[in-house]
Amino acid sequence: MATVPMDPAIVEACRAFAADIADDVQHFIDRHTTVGVERTVARAYGVVGADAEGTPLANKLVDRLHEKKLTGRGVAYFLGRGLALGAASVQEAAEAIAYGDELDDDGSVTPAAARFALEAATTAAIARIDRARVDREAFKAQHQVGATPLKYVIVATGNIYDDALQAKAARFAGADIIAVIRATAQSLLDYVPEGPTTEGYGGTFATQANFKIIRGACDEASRETGQYCAQTNYSSGLCMSEIAWMAAVERLDMLLNDAMYGILFRDINMQRTFVDQYFSRRIIARSGITINTGEDNYLTTADAVEKAHTVLASQFVNEAFAKRAGLSEEQMGLGHAFEINPWLEDSFLLEISQAQLVRQIFNRHPIKWMPPTKFKTGDVFHSHVHDAMFNLVGIATDQSIQLLGMFSEAIHTPLLMDRYLSLKSARYIFGTAKHLGDEIQWKPGGIVESRAREVLASAHQQLEEVKRDSIWDAIGRGAFGDVKRTRTGGKGYLGVVARHPEYVNPILDILEQG
Amino acid sequence: MAENKLLRAYGDREGDGMVQMSFTLQVLPGDRAREAAKRFAEAHGLRDALIATMEQCAREYTYFVAYGRSPHTVDLADIHVEELAAQPLTREEIEATAKKLGRKIVVVGACTGSDAHTVGIDAILNYKGFAGEKGLESYKSFDAHNLGAQVENHELITRARALGADAILVSQVITQRNCHKENSAALVELMKKEGLRDQFILLLGGPRIDHQLAVDLGFDAGFGPGTKPLTVASYLVERLVGRT
Repeated sequence: MATVPMDPAIVEACRAFAADIADDVQHFIDRHTTVGVERTVARAYGVVGADAEGTPLANKLVDRLHEKKLTGRGVAYFLGRGLALGAASVQEAAEAIAYGDELDDDGSVTPAAARFALEAATTAAIARIDRARVDREAFKAQHQVGATPLKYVIVATGNIYDDALQAKAARFAGADIIAVIRATAQSLLDYVPEGPTTEGYGGTFATQANFKIIRGACDEASRETGQYCAQTNYSSGLCMSEIAWMAAVERLDMLLNDAMYGILFRDINMQRTFVDQYFSRRIIARSGITINTGEDNYLTTADAVEKAHTVLASQFVNEAFAKRAGLSEEQMGLGHAFEINPWLEDSFLLEISQAQLVRQIFNRHPIKWMPPTKFKTGDVFHSHVHDAMFNLVGIATDQSIQLLGMFSEAIHTPLLMDRYLSLKSARYIFGTAKHLGDEIQWKPGGIVESRAREVLASAHQQLEEVKRDSIWDAIGRGAFGDVKRTRTGGKGYLGVVARHPEYVNPILDILEQG
Repeated sequence: MAENKLLRAYGDREGDGMVQMSFTLQVLPGDRAREAAKRFAEAHGLRDALIATMEQCAREYTYFVAYGRSPHTVDLADIHVEELAAQPLTREEIEATAKKLGRKIVVVGACTGSDAHTVGIDAILNYKGFAGEKGLESYKSFDAHNLGAQVENHELITRARALGADAILVSQVITQRNCHKENSAALVELMKKEGLRDQFILLLGGPRIDHQLAVDLGFDAGFGPGTKPLTVASYLVERLVGRT
């Protein structure tokens, strides 16, 4: 087996640093909530619909509380209070708060009474995502599941009905996982749009209705081909936890979900992101969804040779945060990427070294291997060869999830035939080199081994520094992806509030019981 | 290069006109499908069309690769395109020329609108640059500010004014349904409305951008895929100081 040297003591030390880093943030998380978290709670209790302008009731409701500086008590308190005071349903209680004249926190209903009034609704909410998980797993069990690396492709037409057609075509051509790329601006929207959508730039809006349409298409494709078609989308941006809830309800298999991605690459406030990622991951953990983290992005803004260790360091951090949210290792699809300059001599060896290192360190995790994008130029023929080398590393190092490169990267969102050719190439390489990794050994002290030692040592050093400075300050000096963010900067900061001593969130309470 | 030359696609021998095209059609593979693909290729003007590949790629679709001879020619003499200086200055020439300005050249860049893809603007502006070519940040004579992704047009203008920028660089990567054109044109409109258009050199870059398109949209210059920081630096120095 072509393993690379991996000192268990250094790996253990990395995990210990990451644990301290995450614990520091977890203390903050446990004392705060956000408008995003509260909207998710409202949705979990069945608050649905939007006004004529398309503003969801969940937003109206929480915005109202936020204006009155009441978010810290938890939206659940006010919904329960409404029920205790005679509202016929949670929806009615929500509408009364969102559109009513008065909103007094007069103390006439105790938090315990509000919680009691919500008991049936709380049970129903959790049962809803539990049932969705059972249904998804039962359907999956009736079908074959692809061999690893699972072939993951994106569709991104902007129109959900075209996406559904392309998703089915992709399964026909051999795909195991379909991701509908989101419209690029969506991560910065502080609400989730409603209904099916047919217009979007760079992708298609993530809405609950759109999730349902793609789930239907994937299920049809599973039945038609006899092999399971998994669905993924993005639990990221300002509505991270709301999307996680919708995905749980609509039986998605995976979610792009990262503890730091929004901070670094969407300039979303770090306090907001840390609190939101926690609640989203609590939902994800309960639903048996696999997360995909976004470390691959570091290598598009920073150099993939010099900053390779930041990917590994971040993987340890993402793992630590995920553990604190109740995820099992089998749910942690930690991300990394093939982004080294292809014209650099022996770059292939550097890529295979790190891919193998990550495989060994995160041996129970469904790690996700991302294709080259940064050095794609529009030369489709060369691009296809570049992707082939990426595929070869994927099979040789037994990656779990392989996001297939597209030869038309840097030109347009993939055409039907682009995806077909990409899948054909992966099928060929995954077959022709199936046991390559089992058959070879790396030269002791050679380029591959030395690189693995160097990357692990550098990641260890970085984690020590991040622990020393705290992650808040480490991000401030550009420790990840060369991107610098401040604690109170970025979008969504105003949506973060300290929890009231009598904060009510029965949904979170149950999720935290595991 | 000789002018008045008729250009033809060159494959293996002078004048053979060989081209390749690939496409999908909503038909299942078979003799009729092959003939349909051949006629489709011929309808594009290809002669002796050869369907080299015919494979089903979805339940109802087939993927084809066709080769054929294109009879078409293009007369270079008829082509009038705005072209940037063919030969950019060297790094040393840029620094030397810029010195005459007596101050740094201030450049502000961003991916505007919903565009979140900073690869292009990072390659041009950031110190690290791309593929061994360092970006404008690395030049002594430039003061480069990369505002990053998803910057709104009005915000870009505000920042450019606050920083006293000489030039604004706009990167547009997302091209679905021409949103790169609409957003870029909107910036020019906004600047004209506020009477600011002449205060800045306005540059546009991205995979679907060329100089002509940028000029048509109201920019001073456009830079397509593969543009090096040097080319942009050279253009700016020449605009601000003049070629020496």
